[in-house]
Amino acid sequence: MRISLRVNGEEREADVWGGESLLFALREGLGLPGSKNACEQGECGSCSVLLDGELVCACLVLAAQADGHEVTTVEGMADGEELHPVQEAYVQAGAVQCGFCTPGLVVATADLLARIPDPSDDEIREALSGNVCRCTGYAKIFDAVRLAAAVR
Amino acid sequence: MLTPRSLDEALALKAEHPGALPVEGGTDVLVELNFDRRRPDAILNLNEVPELKVWAREEGILRLGAGVTYTEILHGPVAALQPALAEASRTVGSPQIRNRGTLGGNLGTASPAGDALPPLLVEGAEVELASVRGVRTMPLREFLVGPKRNALEPDELISAVLVRPSGAPQTFMKVGPRNAMVIAVVSLALSADRERGELRASFGSAGPVPGFVTAPIAERESFAEQVAEAATPIDDVRGTAAYRRHALRVLAGRALERCLA
Repeated sequence: MRISLRVNGEEREADVWGGESLLFALREGLGLPGSKNACEQGECGSCSVLLDGELVCACLVLAAQADGHEVTTVEGMADGEELHPVQEAYVQAGAVQCGFCTPGLVVATADLLARIPDPSDDEIREALSGNVCRCTGYAKIFDAVRLAAAVR
Repeated sequence: MLTPRSLDEALALKAEHPGALPVEGGTDVLVELNFDRRRPDAILNLNEVPELKVWAREEGILRLGAGVTYTEILHGPVAALQPALAEASRTVGSPQIRNRGTLGGNLGTASPAGDALPPLLVEGAEVELASVRGVRTMPLREFLVGPKRNALEPDELISAVLVRPSGAPQTFMKVGPRNAMVIAVVSLALSADRERGELRASFGSAGPVPGFVTAPIAERESFAEQVAEAATPIDDVRGTAAYRRHALRVLAGRALERCLA
């Protein structure tokens, strides 16, 4: 079936099959590989995107369920060459090791700061609890979130 | 993929395609599809059915639409009316999962570990089932008939959960390797209903369906033991039967302290 959706501010169309995930459609159909494919069961958060402004795992949404809706991926965060403040904070804080979890964490962090501009450590912990860093670089990730909150 | 735009249309499609797999947030269903554990004839996408997304309170009855998410329960006015359900909702997965996962989905999956089930059972919740034939309600305890099995007929959809909030002190607790992203090793909801002079407990992951135990408040001293005795746990990858029974006894003791304080 053909779906129409707004992705990163642009009207897009894609051909999907009934059981296809939004993540697959983004990566394979729409040329947006920033959202990472890892656990395919909502455990790791690497595929975090915003669906109608809500943080979701793209692997757990059917592509067809996004028909007529709005999706923001990590590719949609920067303003041209200008990085999003959260992306900039991850660079400045060195909150990147292998980098695989980073896109999902960046999206989840932006979602947290949009809801809670000055989060406590517990609030950061809870908000990012669905994003796993296999390099275990959580201390720098916390630094990045605090830095992003401070520069806002 | 069938995407109805109203409940009537959804029921007509379900009657026409009884093999269609209903999907709300997809947090359970997509895992099965992604791993090719299930290949349904058709998928019934309920995301565009507005009637399922709302909750209301009428004549003391709280009606929670099947499409209400854990995030909505946790952060909305429902949290004050169903405190144990809100606590349970906060332990579901991660923010990403809570934004998509729904009450109706938890009931449809009918896992013995379903986090929303024990709190709803201690509150005596009923399930509203709709089909083109009409609407019926049944107690949640009867709806859950086995591990991942419920009493839905092939042409029916879960339309809502109905509960009369008891107002009794209540709590929910869950044991797992970490606080987030955990399928309960064991879970417990407990309420101390002084108005009815009754203690009620329901536990998950310690039997084929969530268990239910009730006793007069006068039996508070032995209640934790009664809860542990009522469990029929098994050894599995998440824990042993002996540990589960022990943990339930400890949780029930703590929950009693909290609710009777």
